[in-house]
Amino acid sequence: MIAMTHAGYIAAGWGGAAAVIGVYAAWVLRRGRTLSRQVPPEERRWS
Amino acid sequence: MTAPASTSPTGAPDGDGGASAAPAGRTTLGHTGSPASRVLGALALGSVALLVMYGLVWSPPDAEMADSVRLMYIHVPAASFLYTGCFITTVASAMWLRRRTPGWDALAGASAEIALLFAAITLGTGSLWGRPTWGTYWTWDARLTSTALLTALLVGYLALRRLDVDPTARSTRAAVLGLLLVPNVIIVNRSVEWWRSLHQRSTLVKLDPTIEGQMLVALMVGFLAVGLVFTWLLVHRFRVAWLEYQSERLDLDLALAERRAEAGHPREAVEAARSSDRRHHGVADTRRPGGTPA
Repeated sequence: MIAMTHAGYIAAGWGGAAAVIGVYAAWVLRRGRTLSRQVPPEERRWS
Repeated sequence: MTAPASTSPTGAPDGDGGASAAPAGRTTLGHTGSPASRVLGALALGSVALLVMYGLVWSPPDAEMADSVRLMYIHVPAASFLYTGCFITTVASAMWLRRRTPGWDALAGASAEIALLFAAITLGTGSLWGRPTWGTYWTWDARLTSTALLTALLVGYLALRRLDVDPTARSTRAAVLGLLLVPNVIIVNRSVEWWRSLHQRSTLVKLDPTIEGQMLVALMVGFLAVGLVFTWLLVHRFRVAWLEYQSERLDLDLALAERRAEAGHPREAVEAARSSDRRHHGVADTRRPGGTPA
């Protein structure tokens, strides 16, 4: 384990940021999949 | 004949997510990804891995801040991309007010949502850095207070976008509020110069940064990683916003068809419902059902 000062704050900051981005990214992908089923393929110009 | 009551507004059967509505040999399972966004995602993941190594392992502790400096490798880039998100929202809002095309409105909303995400990360990592460095999680300092106000403005902007009113009026009101984001960003950015502030001044000023060596490299890698993550999120959130717009439009088409049927115009209702159903199944149809959404 890497010894460092203020390890708790650093872990909370990095872990919190990763969790926030990860949860949001998962929500965006899930919502995209749900909506993609409801919209005709020709409206999904990127696919 | 009206649209079948057991179907969702777009024609997909309720209860199974619409998967069984696909004709044989064809899938309706879609997503917001594309080859380019997958490459972007891979680059973002790679740069985040590099940031973890630089930020937590390879860079040395700071002489004054000790290891808490490692929070800066997230905090500073997150703040910068909070500003970027606000800038994109303001520009897209101005473009919406000028051109009234749904793409600009979708971009403004998507960017504001991601800006709020980065505002939360900025405030969170800043507070966690402040506790060991300043002895407090929060103080009513000019930079902190103005950042909190910017965050509140973003929350208000996104709340305005969720009002259940006419979509055009809603987008217009949100766009007017979106125009205020960049002036607020300028206040946040210059607050450490304009008022006496506990917050340190800019770490990177022109070509004379106040940090150097491995710490500067870690911060640059932080900018790269956070920037790629921001871009990936923006691309996908924009596509989701576009799908939301299309879904809302299809709902309106079906609602108009149902109203026509109730008003005794079954032929038009049937045409509208059939056309909507054709579009749902990807069948080419040049006719527009139900007229233009209000």
